[in-house]
Amino acid sequence: MSVIAPKFKLSGFIQSLLDNIFWILLLFVLIGLPAVFMILIVIPLPVLDGELLTPFLALSFLANPTRILPVIHAFMTTDIFRVMAFPGFGFAALLAASVIFAERKMMAKLQLRVGPFYCGKFEGILQLMGDGLKLMSKEIIIPAKADKPIFWAAPVLFVATAAAFVALIPVAPGWVVADIDLGLLAVFAVIGFFPIITILSAWSANSKYPFIGGIRALFQMVSFEIPLILSLLGVVMVTGTLNLSEITASQSNFPWIIFLPIGAIVFFITMLAELERIPFDLPEAESEIVAGWLTELSGMLYGLVQFGSYLKLYAFAALFVVLFLGGWNGPMIVPAIPEQILTEGIEMGPITLTVDGLQSLLGNTITQEMLNGTLWFVLKTAGVIFFIILPRGVFPRVRVDILLNLGWTKLIGLCFINIFIALGLLYAGVLGPGGLQ
Amino acid sequence: MTTELPADIQSPSSETQIDKPSSNWLPPGLALQKVDERIMTLNVGPQHPGSGHMRLIVQIDGDYIVACDPDPGYVHRGEEKMAEYRNYITNIPHLERPVIHDSCNILYPYVLGVEELLGIEVPERAKYVRVIAAELNRCIYIMYWLAIYGIFLGHSTMFMWPTGDRELLIDLMEKMTGARVTHSHFIPGGVRNDLPANFEEVCLRQVNYFEKRIKEYAAVFYDNPILISRTQNTGVLSRQDAIRLGVTGSVLRASGIDFDVRKKEPYDVYDELDIQSIVMKEGDAYARSKIPWLDMMDSCNIIRQALQKMPKSGSVRVKLKPNPKGKGFDTVYKRVESGRGSLGCYIVSDGKPEPYRLKLSVPSFRNLIALPYLLKGELLGNMPSVYWSLNYWPVEADR
Repeated sequence: MSVIAPKFKLSGFIQSLLDNIFWILLLFVLIGLPAVFMILIVIPLPVLDGELLTPFLALSFLANPTRILPVIHAFMTTDIFRVMAFPGFGFAALLAASVIFAERKMMAKLQLRVGPFYCGKFEGILQLMGDGLKLMSKEIIIPAKADKPIFWAAPVLFVATAAAFVALIPVAPGWVVADIDLGLLAVFAVIGFFPIITILSAWSANSKYPFIGGIRALFQMVSFEIPLILSLLGVVMVTGTLNLSEITASQSNFPWIIFLPIGAIVFFITMLAELERIPFDLPEAESEIVAGWLTELSGMLYGLVQFGSYLKLYAFAALFVVLFLGGWNGPMIVPAIPEQILTEGIEMGPITLTVDGLQSLLGNTITQEMLNGTLWFVLKTAGVIFFIILPRGVFPRVRVDILLNLGWTKLIGLCFINIFIALGLLYAGVLGPGGLQ
Repeated sequence: MTTELPADIQSPSSETQIDKPSSNWLPPGLALQKVDERIMTLNVGPQHPGSGHMRLIVQIDGDYIVACDPDPGYVHRGEEKMAEYRNYITNIPHLERPVIHDSCNILYPYVLGVEELLGIEVPERAKYVRVIAAELNRCIYIMYWLAIYGIFLGHSTMFMWPTGDRELLIDLMEKMTGARVTHSHFIPGGVRNDLPANFEEVCLRQVNYFEKRIKEYAAVFYDNPILISRTQNTGVLSRQDAIRLGVTGSVLRASGIDFDVRKKEPYDVYDELDIQSIVMKEGDAYARSKIPWLDMMDSCNIIRQALQKMPKSGSVRVKLKPNPKGKGFDTVYKRVESGRGSLGCYIVSDGKPEPYRLKLSVPSFRNLIALPYLLKGELLGNMPSVYWSLNYWPVEADR
């Protein structure tokens, strides 16, 4: 009998292996197969070798990479891919998750700690997964006098609104979920939902601390929305459009932060307030009102709100990048894919592997511009997120009266100065037709 | 001195007077009160991240605090009664429990009192060792207090840095006494053990590094514009009110009164050391939070002086008989300057090995008395900064 595992039994080990295999098979049959079929039903099916690709035929292609590439290509051009995976929810969720990890490690380094360390092989990289599992396995406790439907709905609505915000962000040329002409106006509309959801959640809990926290959140968000909108007017004036893709494309020479630095600073400060980050985390002020409007949320409801707030953090940082830092624009650093691979295939010694669908996939969808744009976008967003996290290490919380004073007097004044600068630049002919940009 | 309060300070419950029959009395907070519709009663604590082991019954009108009623007593352990059943030596470990991170200073008045009762002369070296231990412990306490003050204001770095740097001095105390927190080091007649070999050099090095570290806190905390805007002119305690309410320690010195027991009534060898008791005139939460930090630098100075002046060899304790007793009926009152202020111990002896009565006069309770007067009319956001600036430790107040 082993000393390390005294209760070890071979039969038990085999049983646990079989158990795992059973669950994997069950999940594959119940979730995996329907998912594959649904994807194949949604996408416009390509015609291969003169016959229409049906779901059943596609399954037989799984073993053949040259046959499966057109299917992937077809899937990537669908809306469901855009919404769920690349410029939309999946991409944003991945970035939000890495933000949480980066924040924890960064704060730990700043505070002479180690931070997450044991979960996962490298520096506690799986800590977030562990936290998520813990939150999912926890019981959801709802106050007896709570307004239950709204109490349940508010966290879900919060994530949904944050995801709607994410959908408006252009990541690479042509890669945006909702490319609408009034994109910036849609952003303002989405931001306007957050205080409503917050106060709904806080009020429906029917408890004192969430109520105070909700009122504080309402104060803060409403009074900072005006400087937020005003600070972006400068950009709208110099570009003459509300479409976020066009605003990004207009910064191919210079990012607007060079011409409108005051607007960028005001937008950054209001962004911190809208995100309820330190020093503006009054709605969640721990030592005064426990956890503010999150006090009564438990289990995955709390997890959803946290996830939504990190999605929101990513979306705001991305909006800052799109409006002031030039979005996807940047020097071409991604190398071009060699023509030889596309036309003749990959040579590996005596064997030449030709992949049929690769040319159309790399030529139309995953192009060099798209990869380069995404890379620059992610790099810039990470930089902005770093500066959003940094105040948490060096500032205490501000007080309500100081916060409102800042929002209603100083920031709005700076916004008007920013608008005058933009007007001056336009009339002096520095920007606009015939100018620098 | 008159005992009545100034006219502008009234009892916090006088506005919202409770109209209850005397037979049907309920504890405060549970009783139904006739209050204005606008007023919301918040029970801050005992299950609250910003309360400590106590409850603040706060009544707010909008964001303004109308009344605050502190309700201590959740961790009352009957230390004074327990002391009546133990002899003068076995009282030592349990008497330091109310403030375990300032355990040398809470034992100090007791030990001084017992020495006077039993008529013991303490060796010179032991007096210096006691001063060094007491000052180190004061720093350990203030670092803990500062960490909580930081997190109360939402400054998480100011929670982590002091808790980390505190380990330097805890290591020193461990070398000196053998225990990290509850040292039980002071005994009637000296200290329990002599200093370990090479202690003076290690202590000097650690204390110098510690002083360098705490000076860095100015950049991240005390000179922070947001902190200053939050704490300046909040919870102002005027000089007269400070005297009349009977606050001690850093709270008293922040209101412009130069009172330090180490300086006014020197005990052991404090009269041979140069002590500057730091005084500020503002009397607001910022001054109250800054004085303990400056006190730590003063403590570092005192430790360096004591290390220099300490006799390099000699006995550190007087051998006591088992079960020492006092000579007939006798009373003694001794007080020291602890991390929170003047801490007194009153011992009544009737000639038996156990004290007849032991009374601790703790600074935490005396500082807590000022809280309702300071919080009245403040914003709810000022509650943590004013509350914790009073240099209050709930467990000590309950004893």
